Amino acid sequence: MSVMTTPPPVDAARPSTAAVPRTRALGWRGVLSHWPQYVAIAPFYVLFLVFGLFPIVFSIVLSFTDWDGMGEIRFAGLSQYIYLVQDSRFWNAVANTFIIWFLSTVPMLFLALVIAFLLHQNIRFRGFYRVAFFLPNVTSMVAMAIVFGSVFSDSFGLVNSALTALHVDSVPWLSSSLGIKVTIAVMVIWRFTGYNAIIYLAGLQSIPTDLYDAAKTDGASTWQIFTRVTIPMLRPIILFTVITSTVGGLSLFTEPQVLLGDAGGNGEAGMTIVLYQYNQAFTQFDFGYGSAIAWALFVLASVFAIINWRLLSERRDAPRRTGRKARS
Amino acid sequence: MTTADSTRTSGPEAPGGPAEPRSNDRPGLRTSGDRAAIARARLEKVITHLLILVGVVLSVFPFYWLAVMSTSTTAQIFGYPPRLTFGTSFAENLRNLFSSVDILSALVNTIIVSALCAVLVMFFDSLAAFAFAKYDFPGKNALFVLMIATFLIPGSLSLVPSFILMSKIGWVGTLQALIVPGAANAFGIFLLRQMASSSIPDELVESARIDGAGFFTIYRRIGVPMMRGGLAFLGIFTFITAWNDYVWPLIVLVDPNRQTLQTALQNLNSLYLTDYGMVMAGALVSVLPLIGVFIIGSRHFIANIAAGAIKG
Repeated sequence: MSVMTTPPPVDAARPSTAAVPRTRALGWRGVLSHWPQYVAIAPFYVLFLVFGLFPIVFSIVLSFTDWDGMGEIRFAGLSQYIYLVQDSRFWNAVANTFIIWFLSTVPMLFLALVIAFLLHQNIRFRGFYRVAFFLPNVTSMVAMAIVFGSVFSDSFGLVNSALTALHVDSVPWLSSSLGIKVTIAVMVIWRFTGYNAIIYLAGLQSIPTDLYDAAKTDGASTWQIFTRVTIPMLRPIILFTVITSTVGGLSLFTEPQVLLGDAGGNGEAGMTIVLYQYNQAFTQFDFGYGSAIAWALFVLASVFAIINWRLLSERRDAPRRTGRKARS
Repeated sequence: MTTADSTRTSGPEAPGGPAEPRSNDRPGLRTSGDRAAIARARLEKVITHLLILVGVVLSVFPFYWLAVMSTSTTAQIFGYPPRLTFGTSFAENLRNLFSSVDILSALVNTIIVSALCAVLVMFFDSLAAFAFAKYDFPGKNALFVLMIATFLIPGSLSLVPSFILMSKIGWVGTLQALIVPGAANAFGIFLLRQMASSSIPDELVESARIDGAGFFTIYRRIGVPMMRGGLAFLGIFTFITAWNDYVWPLIVLVDPNRQTLQTALQNLNSLYLTDYGMVMAGALVSVLPLIGVFIIGSRHFIANIAAGAIKG
């Protein structure tokens, strides 16, 4: 969630020397004299070493082996990765993940922006509205995936009943390739629009009023104010939400797993990367290949996050750069 | 949308209801045009509320529909036209639920895991945060940067090796496999450290130290009370996250008699697909306590989530 918010080391460098009488030049005695602080921070590092760092190093090793968890570990060189590159099921999962990411993120962030803009008006019941919009984000996705499964059920679901009542052909939501992806995207949109709207709302509230007043004095229309003042001022926050949506979207698992099962539905149309990893590692017990998929996802996610970040921060610099060029 | 309103900041709402300060700012200019503007502003306000309400309904409807389904029989759920009001089969669904899956022990397990996670995270994170915020010690900055770097590691990377580790130390199928690995986390330490650096005055810590108080005494007497707001948020946040956790329990809780609500619910869903009313009653049981916790702490919770994003 708010995990990626921060450039903290800057702050960390600032000394807050309240209770530190001696300088650090004392070496080991200096270290020993601070034993309570080391004890205080130790739990995190111990837990990280055992349950964080060790598994990650181990998973690199595993990805170069062939192991079912029971017999002997066989070193397999690059064969897992060579198989991965040629595995059409893996690439299908990659494509699905990105399609669902796109289908959900674009409408979600747009709707969140609209909701934030509406909530930013000086209206009554704002506290109630915020709770109502945030509620989907804190509830169990397993329970809600079951609910959505019944709402989008092919033959008797609420959505198809509504379509029938309107004399529109019903849609095979849970058996067609596009239907499955749209249903999963709808669940993601439902769950995270309110969360993103609350974040945008906080961003809107941090924009100084003078900017709006100035724009109004200059005769700007509401739409111009929105596109020329609001959006540019929100850009860092939009970047934050795009990054978090990317991280979340690429590790999509619960929605398709509960909705469609371990196999990802008809034609694996709802198979996502993490679901495929789970499928290979924990239903086929192919730990080596499961680890290779995990690392492939890590690389994909890193590249994709960097591209997103570049795209969004480039545009902010663009006018300035052309300006400089014109001058020279 | 509403031009008049968008110029205002969003401080606390005027308790007296909708004020129209724009036109009152300029006494003596109250013309019919002004009255028309007021009427337009009112209309825009109504439209704003209506648009928001559409969103609220979409947001809340799945919960309502869950409640409706848990009170209906399967035949009623899938009847046409669908009935959108409550049925009378809730007691029966609940009875079937209790007889087909040990939902009570799943509930107890979930409460144990969520509560212990929350308490441990609050304790360990606040200790570390206090040390980082108010003390200097050799290696502090490097250790802090290292901790922040662990943010960047995605959880799915370590699913397989963590499971192997758990099976080696004999924790597969146990609740401590869900509690211990997350007993301290970088997110909470960072959050509380930000809070402690700005809200606890150095002089207070210094004078306590001069009075002869040790680190842990100062932490207990000054640190904990001053971090109370952040601790409350972190506790609720951790509780909710642990309650909803799914992938890891799904992998590690191999014993069908020891499950959390989420995994028990998924078992129920895949085994008893024909009895929808019962499955929905189970879903309701897994969702309701959490909604309660959220609504109790919502004001604090939402403000902190938003603040976390804005600082970035």
